[in-house]
Amino acid sequence: MKTEILKIAAAHLKPFLLVLSLVVLYRGHNEPGGGFIAGLMAGMAYVIYAGAFGVNQAKQLLLAKPLFFMGLGITLAIFSGTIGLMNGADNFLTGVWTSISFGNYDLKLGTPLLFDLGVYFTVAGMLVKVIFSVMEEDA
Amino acid sequence: MNIVLSIFMLFGLAALAPFVNQRFPKISGWLLSIVPAGLFVWFLSKIPAVVQGLPIAESYPWLAAMGINFSFKLDGLSLVFALLITGIGALILIYAGYYMRSYQKTNRFFGYLVFFMASMLGLVTASDWILLFMFWEFTSVSSFVLIGFKHEKSAAREAALQALLITGLGGLALLAGLIMMSLPYGNFSFDAVINTPELFLESKLFIPATILILIGAFTKSAIFPFHFWLPGAMQAPSPVSAFLHSATMVKAGIYLLARLHPVMESQELWIYTLSVFGVVTMFVGAWFALAQQDLKKILAYTTVSALGTLVLLIGTSTAYSITAALVFLLVHAFYKATLFMMAGNIEKKTGTRDIRKLGQLSRFMPVATVISLLALLSMSGIPPMIGFIGKELMYEAKLTAPEAGNFILIMGFLANAFTVFVSFRFAYEVFWGKSVSFEKPPHEPDISLLTGPAVLVLISLVLGIFPNQVADLLGPAFQAILPGEQLIKLKLWHGFNEILLLSFLTVLLGIVMFAFRRKIIRLVSYMNLNFFNAKLSQKFFSGIDVFLSLTKKKTAVVQHGYHRFYLMTIFISAGLLLLLTTNAIDFSVDFSWHQSPLNYLVILAAIMIVAGSVAVITAKSRLLALIATGFVGIGITIIFVIYSGVDLAITMVMVETLTVVIGAMVVYHLPKYLDYSGVGSRIRDGIVAVFFGGVMSYLALHTSSPEGIDKISAYFAANSYTKAFGENIVNVILVDFRALDTLGEIVVLALAAIGIVSLLKLNAHKKSSR
Repeated sequence: MKTEILKIAAAHLKPFLLVLSLVVLYRGHNEPGGGFIAGLMAGMAYVIYAGAFGVNQAKQLLLAKPLFFMGLGITLAIFSGTIGLMNGADNFLTGVWTSISFGNYDLKLGTPLLFDLGVYFTVAGMLVKVIFSVMEEDA
Repeated sequence: MNIVLSIFMLFGLAALAPFVNQRFPKISGWLLSIVPAGLFVWFLSKIPAVVQGLPIAESYPWLAAMGINFSFKLDGLSLVFALLITGIGALILIYAGYYMRSYQKTNRFFGYLVFFMASMLGLVTASDWILLFMFWEFTSVSSFVLIGFKHEKSAAREAALQALLITGLGGLALLAGLIMMSLPYGNFSFDAVINTPELFLESKLFIPATILILIGAFTKSAIFPFHFWLPGAMQAPSPVSAFLHSATMVKAGIYLLARLHPVMESQELWIYTLSVFGVVTMFVGAWFALAQQDLKKILAYTTVSALGTLVLLIGTSTAYSITAALVFLLVHAFYKATLFMMAGNIEKKTGTRDIRKLGQLSRFMPVATVISLLALLSMSGIPPMIGFIGKELMYEAKLTAPEAGNFILIMGFLANAFTVFVSFRFAYEVFWGKSVSFEKPPHEPDISLLTGPAVLVLISLVLGIFPNQVADLLGPAFQAILPGEQLIKLKLWHGFNEILLLSFLTVLLGIVMFAFRRKIIRLVSYMNLNFFNAKLSQKFFSGIDVFLSLTKKKTAVVQHGYHRFYLMTIFISAGLLLLLTTNAIDFSVDFSWHQSPLNYLVILAAIMIVAGSVAVITAKSRLLALIATGFVGIGITIIFVIYSGVDLAITMVMVETLTVVIGAMVVYHLPKYLDYSGVGSRIRDGIVAVFFGGVMSYLALHTSSPEGIDKISAYFAANSYTKAFGENIVNVILVDFRALDTLGEIVVLALAAIGIVSLLKLNAHKKSSR
């Protein structure tokens, strides 16, 4: 399976897919996209890489263990829910919004985005963890 | 300073205790005892308020919608227990600080012990049934870890498990009982039940609730037939036996009974059950104490007897009996904690607790001898110890018992005489008796080991002479158990009357028995072996074994391990449940074709899906079937695209791709189809498949019909941008409107991933070990 074409493609696809996944994550609120899809894309970037270069090499590119990302994701999601509570809302997961201005452009940020980031990390971590494990089993 | 704070201080101390012990191992006991001692003083300062009938109450909302609150109340009864817990607790910590030095891993021991103390304090001050139950379970768990502290020993592990299972079982019964009791009130506060008991007494669930609550109290307080876990619990280190298994935790059941007594006192079921089980336990405990050879076992069985006595006294429900119960509660806590600590001291200095291997200790440890003797006098009920007053009141209560007074009196007389015999035997055989050669001569226990026992014995002595010092404290407690009556005045000397005669005869019988101790012990051992050899403990464990093998069989039926049958179970039950639900609600389906614009792309996709499905069924290899499944998925994706479900389409493409890729990895390792499924099983599978597919289509048609459930989606459509500032409704639902569902889903995802990985690792491990 380790062909040169796949290797070159995977190496170039990985950064592209990662950046794209962030775009998809952010635009999800108003246009098609969102944390789940973006998480799958980010995970796939590493899976394709592992398919071309082997799991061990792909693992070295990860910033932290996949399990860490899963935990981080769930923590972020829960944390996003408590921000509303701290601002005096009655219910867990109440949305809070803010925006940062860059000249003419307003970057809108809200706890739902933070929540979606949590989904993103969890899904990506899960995908990488499971598929890498299956691949290691193969090897 | 308030009640909640005092409990949290102790929980905080429990967290700190390991570090304190680590840093100051030599004085950790004294350091740790500062907090409970301070709390003891604080509780003492609350006596005047409580005596004036002004209990301290605090309440914080917890699960307010369900009527569950974080509420506490310090009335007379709670105060007595709180003082016992913090006071004896402080002394036990001082003792344990020195006692535990010969043990390993003592850091955690102090954490467990203080955790227990905090839980127990919570239990007796809570005024919400659910809160009480929570602390109740905390004490069971801390008892488990403390009994099993020497977990290298299998006997300790077994005893801990046994205690946990029995008190855990009782805890579940208690929870069910408390819920049933609180149903008519709609909340779980003590006041509701105590102020208007009629609602509960007249409810249909009165009898089952009462029985369940009694099971909870009886298991915790080691009442016959659940008593056997307590002697087993003597595997715990001595400080634990002295604290949990004599002075405090086993009294939790007694506390609960006393707490509920004002509600139940008019009920025959309550009165008779308490009396019968109390009498039996009182006698059985005293009987089995007779022939024991292990000092701690002797004390454990007399504790069982004492607990039975307390239950009996509450059940007798007269002014005398409740006064007697309260006095005896204190008396017993004082002398029994002392004796357990002394038993620990003796074991520490001589290396044994076997009464046959001990003797002549008065020559080596005179101070310890004096302390033990005073405690044993209190246990035998001999003046001037407070134990005497306790016993006098007990006799008075039994003489004036409204029913079956004579029977109770005789049983009580025998049980007391047995206790006297045991006390004399303990005193004589250990401190005098035969001379034994010790490997190294024992010497006086250290000051930390004697402080606690000395203080407690001194209190027993002083209170014996000036009993009315506690009357102030016991008065409000009495009111909490038996409102409308008055505490009987306590005095050491009642004059020459039949009760004094009974006391005298008790001691006399004890001494006569002691004179014939060899014969008596031989006789009792013989009878125990041949007639009363119930082996409840072994029976309990074989019962557990039977239960385990039954669950294994059940598991083998339900969890058979065949993937195809799991899927079939899921499809059939999901399909049936969905159909049932559609029957129950107003459900209509529109079968006409005009729903959505139809074009050639949709038709193409439909053909793709059908062709893919046929290919899946007829495929001759797994890989082919897998690819065909992917084909079906892409067809569905196209339909999503056409009807502007772009989010779904993107997700679908990814999921389908991944399914095929992962599937291919797995299929690669599987053998080729060797035998195809037969016609019969194909028809069976086909029926299930068509059924489930049909149900799902039916549901899908419903959602798209005009009267379908579109109210909720209309709400989302209308509010998605105005309230949640998002134009992508699907995403807004996922991350905002229904974010809690999504949170649950990602947790499930993470768990599933961990599950898959551990299965794979397990397999790899098996391979490598092969």
